Amino acid sequence: MTTIRISDDALARACGADDLAAAFARLGHEVQRTSSWGMHWLEPLVEIEGPDGFIGFGPATPDDIPAILDGTSPKAIGHVAMHPFIASQQRLTFARAGKSRPLSLEDYEAHGGWEGLRRARRIGPEQIVAEVLHSGLRGRGGAGFPAAIKWKTVAAAPTGQKYIVCNADEGDSGTFADRMMIEGDPFALIEGMAIAGEAVGATKGYVYLRSEYPDAIDKLSKAVRLCAHIVAPFECEVRVGAGAYVCGEETSLLNSLEGKRGEVRAKPPLPALKGLFGRPTVVNNVLTLCAVPHILTEGGADEYQALGIDRSKGTMPIQLAGNIRHGGLYETAFGITLRELVYDIGGGTASGRPVKAVQVGGPLGAYIHPDQFDIPFDYEAYAAADALIGHAGITVFDDTADMGAMARFAMEFCAVESCGKCTPCRIGSTRGVELIDRIRAGGRVLAGIELAPQMHNVPDKGRTQDDEIQLLEDLCETMKFGSLCALGGFTPYPVMSALRHWPEDFRK
Amino acid sequence: MSSPHTLAQIIAEHEGREGPLLPILHDVQEEFGCVDENAEKAIAEALNLTRADVHGVVSFYHDFKPQADPRPEVQICRAEACKARGVEALIDDAEKAAGSRVKLTAVYCLGLCSAGPNARVGNRLHARLDGPSLARLIENA
Repeated sequence: MTTIRISDDALARACGADDLAAAFARLGHEVQRTSSWGMHWLEPLVEIEGPDGFIGFGPATPDDIPAILDGTSPKAIGHVAMHPFIASQQRLTFARAGKSRPLSLEDYEAHGGWEGLRRARRIGPEQIVAEVLHSGLRGRGGAGFPAAIKWKTVAAAPTGQKYIVCNADEGDSGTFADRMMIEGDPFALIEGMAIAGEAVGATKGYVYLRSEYPDAIDKLSKAVRLCAHIVAPFECEVRVGAGAYVCGEETSLLNSLEGKRGEVRAKPPLPALKGLFGRPTVVNNVLTLCAVPHILTEGGADEYQALGIDRSKGTMPIQLAGNIRHGGLYETAFGITLRELVYDIGGGTASGRPVKAVQVGGPLGAYIHPDQFDIPFDYEAYAAADALIGHAGITVFDDTADMGAMARFAMEFCAVESCGKCTPCRIGSTRGVELIDRIRAGGRVLAGIELAPQMHNVPDKGRTQDDEIQLLEDLCETMKFGSLCALGGFTPYPVMSALRHWPEDFRK
Repeated sequence: MSSPHTLAQIIAEHEGREGPLLPILHDVQEEFGCVDENAEKAIAEALNLTRADVHGVVSFYHDFKPQADPRPEVQICRAEACKARGVEALIDDAEKAAGSRVKLTAVYCLGLCSAGPNARVGNRLHARLDGPSLARLIENA
């Protein structure tokens, strides 16, 4: 009997990990279902215990089992931890990935779990906030706001009921780090929330988790029950979203938690002062809260602060997605270039064709041209290039991508998902779709009633393609500066970047 | 059609929770396959909300349906990462395979973005789909 490790991450399961695990179990082997290492092209990844540790094989199918067991399988990749994709990372948030069973308190404890919370309780609220401030941790959801400043505001708010809300509404395409974290290391999130609670004086926490992640809902709900006695008096509860992308925006998320339509609220008042049910509330992303337990360990803040560049400190779990050969989770210090990420680490496109564009930061992120691949991964450097890091999802497209169609999709997506509260987003997105259609059709010709001789005020000719492009630029400007939240405000990024770098895809 | 007895039970289970509306709606949707007018009315009464408030919430979220659809549902991810991996080319054949027996819906991201095209049937996810495997998935749905 050999000990076998196979991940029970949703991606591994979607690629057949359950059948594989069952097949090994039928042969009498002990199968441990662990978290995923994050090398998605190798999933399902099988690790087999040998004389010098676990050896990995992937992507494995039940047909590979005999060869894997007798050591002749060509799918062997050696020790997983020594694989270049893993060895070159700096994993702090994902330190336990691949190494522990997600719902085993024993494994969590053995890999340094609860150390941060224990120490946080010893050093007290002020010191916790001071250390998070020192670490330089910024909100990982996209906006990059310093986490400690938010915490300080909530801590300073008058006492009474306060809340910790974890934003796990990871709706951006090309991102899956929250999902992997919750499915692979759910106790880390709960520990991070408990530490935040300790820092600001909150005893109740909610995780707003999207309904598109059934595995994560299941695991986190179980984890919350399993560790309730450890985090008490802090209480954690899982709430499931209902398929609205805009609920990833923090104020709309709060409305949704309260049982309302997920409409965006105007700020101020800040959620830190008037958040959930009007009470002071910390709203942080999964990755922000999951970075906290490490920061609160002895020397953790120093270690975190020493990584990264400029004002982007620490590590970022980057997600390599889309048409990429070696997709998966790559956590590393800020400062890495897209060139390294896409070519050296990601191995270029999965299709083997040239890279045409990379979208960083989800549906609201700019499309980046290969000419710009040298900008360093850094909040300010991206902002300067009219792009955003967002949740650090990187979606690669090969040269078959039609960027005009992608720009249209960005507008279409905004129209479908707009909460309807503000006009630039609600109406602008629909007008945007129509405009892009007209640009791609060559401009706008007069038609119907406009041609009637009585219509004296109609311009005597239609609009050329250039006129329509000018109109699209104006519309984007209005949406960017006139929308209440990032959905309408950032949809112009993918549209304008596509138009700027690939005008030929609009002028067919 | 939602039975009043079960409805009352679901509502009672959530008594005392903060912001109980979404959890109640999820349970009602799960139980009856929809949140219909009857359910909206009963929930509004129990939570001391107007029916308009409850209807506003129900109609805002994609997950809540006004009418039950007995057909099996296959959700196909049509977001950027799956587009980059060629999902759009599979849609015509998928629709043919689905016909009127299976309901195909677009979903924006299942979080398996490095292994698309992806789909979801019930609580099971499927990755690395191509034409034949997606057709099989739809046939077996």
